[in-house]
Amino acid sequence: MLGIIAFSLVFILTFSIAARRFMAIRRNINLGKDELITGNEGKRWKNVLLVAFGQKKMFKNWIPAVLHLFIYVAFLFTQIELIEIFIDGFTGSHRFFAPYLGVIYTIAINTIEILSVLAFIGTIAFLARRNILRVARFQKPEMKGWPSRDANIILGLELVLLFGIFTMNGTDVLLQEIDPTHYPDSGNLIISSFIGPAVFGWMNKDALVFLERAGWWLHILTVFGFLLYLPFSKHLHIVLAFPNTWFARVRKNGKMENMPDIMQEVQSMMGISTPDAAAAPMEEIPEFGSNDVFNLSWKNILDAYSCTECGRCTAQCPANITGKKLSPRKIMMDVRDRAEEVGANLDSADEKFIKSDKRKDGAILSPQNYDDGKSLFDYITPEELHACTTCNACVEACPILIDPLEIILKMRRYEILTLSAGPSEWVPMFTSMENNGSVWQMPVDRDQWAKDAREA
Amino acid sequence: MNIPTLAEMTANGTSPDILFWVGCAGSFDARAQKVTKAFCKILNHLDISFAILGNEEACTGDPARRAGNEFVFQMLANQNIQVLNGYGVKKIVTTCPHCFNTFKNEYPELGGHYDVIHHTSYLQSLIDEGRLKIADGGPFKGKSITYHDSCYLGRANQIYEAPREVLEALDVELKEMKRCRTTGLCCGAGGAQMWKEDEPGKKRINIERTEEAIATGASVIAVNCPFCLTMMSDGVKAYEKQDEIMVYDLSELIVQQNQL
Ligand code: HEM
Ligand code: SF4
Ligand code: SF4
Repeated sequence: MLGIIAFSLVFILTFSIAARRFMAIRRNINLGKDELITGNEGKRWKNVLLVAFGQKKMFKNWIPAVLHLFIYVAFLFTQIELIEIFIDGFTGSHRFFAPYLGVIYTIAINTIEILSVLAFIGTIAFLARRNILRVARFQKPEMKGWPSRDANIILGLELVLLFGIFTMNGTDVLLQEIDPTHYPDSGNLIISSFIGPAVFGWMNKDALVFLERAGWWLHILTVFGFLLYLPFSKHLHIVLAFPNTWFARVRKNGKMENMPDIMQEVQSMMGISTPDAAAAPMEEIPEFGSNDVFNLSWKNILDAYSCTECGRCTAQCPANITGKKLSPRKIMMDVRDRAEEVGANLDSADEKFIKSDKRKDGAILSPQNYDDGKSLFDYITPEELHACTTCNACVEACPILIDPLEIILKMRRYEILTLSAGPSEWVPMFTSMENNGSVWQMPVDRDQWAKDAREA
Repeated sequence: MNIPTLAEMTANGTSPDILFWVGCAGSFDARAQKVTKAFCKILNHLDISFAILGNEEACTGDPARRAGNEFVFQMLANQNIQVLNGYGVKKIVTTCPHCFNTFKNEYPELGGHYDVIHHTSYLQSLIDEGRLKIADGGPFKGKSITYHDSCYLGRANQIYEAPREVLEALDVELKEMKRCRTTGLCCGAGGAQMWKEDEPGKKRINIERTEEAIATGASVIAVNCPFCLTMMSDGVKAYEKQDEIMVYDLSELIVQQNQL
């Protein structure tokens, strides 16, 4: 009875805290501009099934892909076991499904056992890759401090979880023989029938009963811990990878988003009438491109929250490879950090974050009147933006279909169009394009080569 | 050579099968002009009816858009579309993957709808159809050649095989670099980098890529983009290997192989 009450309390507490954090993330993602992303459902299903569920892009790099697959499949399967844990937790039953499912139960638990061993191997290997082998992509400047600690915490929790599962099953196997009425037969468990006698065989019944409970609680508390930890961690990808692949752009990588406002202005200047040329004139002083989460798309922010910080993008980035400051992974981490910062300030409801001209009595802080005097440019420098060759290597590399390039280009637009800044070397190029219709200012006609060739 | 402009053809009451879009580099850059002429030679050799826009052609606006200057992009793009639609142009072939990408993916939203083909795909289809026959025993037969994927033909538009099929038709020994196809390394020119210095770092991107090309041991680096051509040639020069390793566009390889 005490167990049921404790479980119910922990359950309610965990889910209510987690729900609030997840709602905050949802709100932060929606700080971005509204944008309807639909169409191409066939392609979107394919992305979710192949890229997220099927881990397709992970397999460009097969060693981490296999290691990850172990952990990933183990996680998916453990969800089945979790159902039973919830039932047992709420009703005080023990291995609720065991008597009903018979051999299917044995197969299910054995599958989880084998996957758990594989996940254990995967986790140890991931820890080794980060901390002993020191794989290059985990050692970049943006990984210093919290991001690296975050990764090790996740892997550590993973080990705790597995430790809990095997303590639970190992002791259970012994108890099934001692006290079959309370501990229903689970059938032969491949791993635990070995671990049980070997590790716990010398213990008396009380110790076993206690350890079985301890393992059970450790398992479920770690699961709850994960749930609470996800919103602060790159581990959030285990949830967001799926929606992110659904909402991923389905255009050709080479296509840059059009800016209809500017198109219409130029077209009406040139006297070209188009169907929507009569669209409403711009309301406020136009601000082009993006300098903050508010003028990115919500999809860009979803990308940022989905990022696993794996650095596959950065490892392929020609700018980063040749020692430039630009790292597409850092772009994603910066956008997430900025969204978190804005979100936390909004939650504070402090009126010092209200735009000074809107700070009248009774004004309530909202994304519409928000101004903390900072922007994404406090995180991402022009030097980083200017180093990008728009080569799409980062986009191609990302296993979650994240698009760092889109953010870089939106910030370049802000820099050039709104701030009238940017690399000074580009000024003559723009001038020449505007005045001569070519990227270089040349003293000869565009078709001079043809005139020469005709004569030759 | 016979290189008519669309204006001349229209004045004579004829119209070409294809418009050859030359691009800024192909028009003004001395090295890229050779590619332009090589491609014209192939068209002439096959009696393909084509025209150029000549002075009516303007930059597609790609570097401006990627630098962030949408105004300049829109001005050029709408101007080009006005000219092309005025002539009723339907089919465009271009030797520049940046122009290709802009036509294919970005002009439609602005009202420019064309059937656009990059010259490597075009050459491949001419070879497939049997119209373009590659001479046996030309200078490149059996030579080891490496192929550099341009970002705008490759990752931007997923064209990886057409250029390789052209090389296969040339009967060369294709030596792939470690980073190729979807993981091909950029030459460093895209995104308007061509018009500025690299940001501070350890080395230039074209040097990194050239090192990889040199490591294949190939004596020719084949490219499909006038900007890659410049970048890779500069890289080869930086290693003073310009006498051992040639950088050629695919159309130049065909012209030399067939001694056109
Ligand atoms: C749903 C269950 C999932 C679980 C339990 C899970 C677990 C993990 C863990 C523990 C890591 C940490 C590895 C490390 O830090 O060294 C990781 C990393 C990663 N995960 Fe997942 N993941 C899941 C889903 C996914 C999905 C659907 C994708 C999308 C393809 C994905 C992509 C990644 C990537 C790219 C990394 C970085 C690994 C690397 O290359 O080093 N994960 N995941
Ligand atoms: S598109 Fe830009 S950020 Fe992405 S890999 Fe290429 S250079 Fe790096
Ligand atoms: S953007 Fe994608 S590839 Fe880059 S670190 Fe994040 S998950 Fe990895």
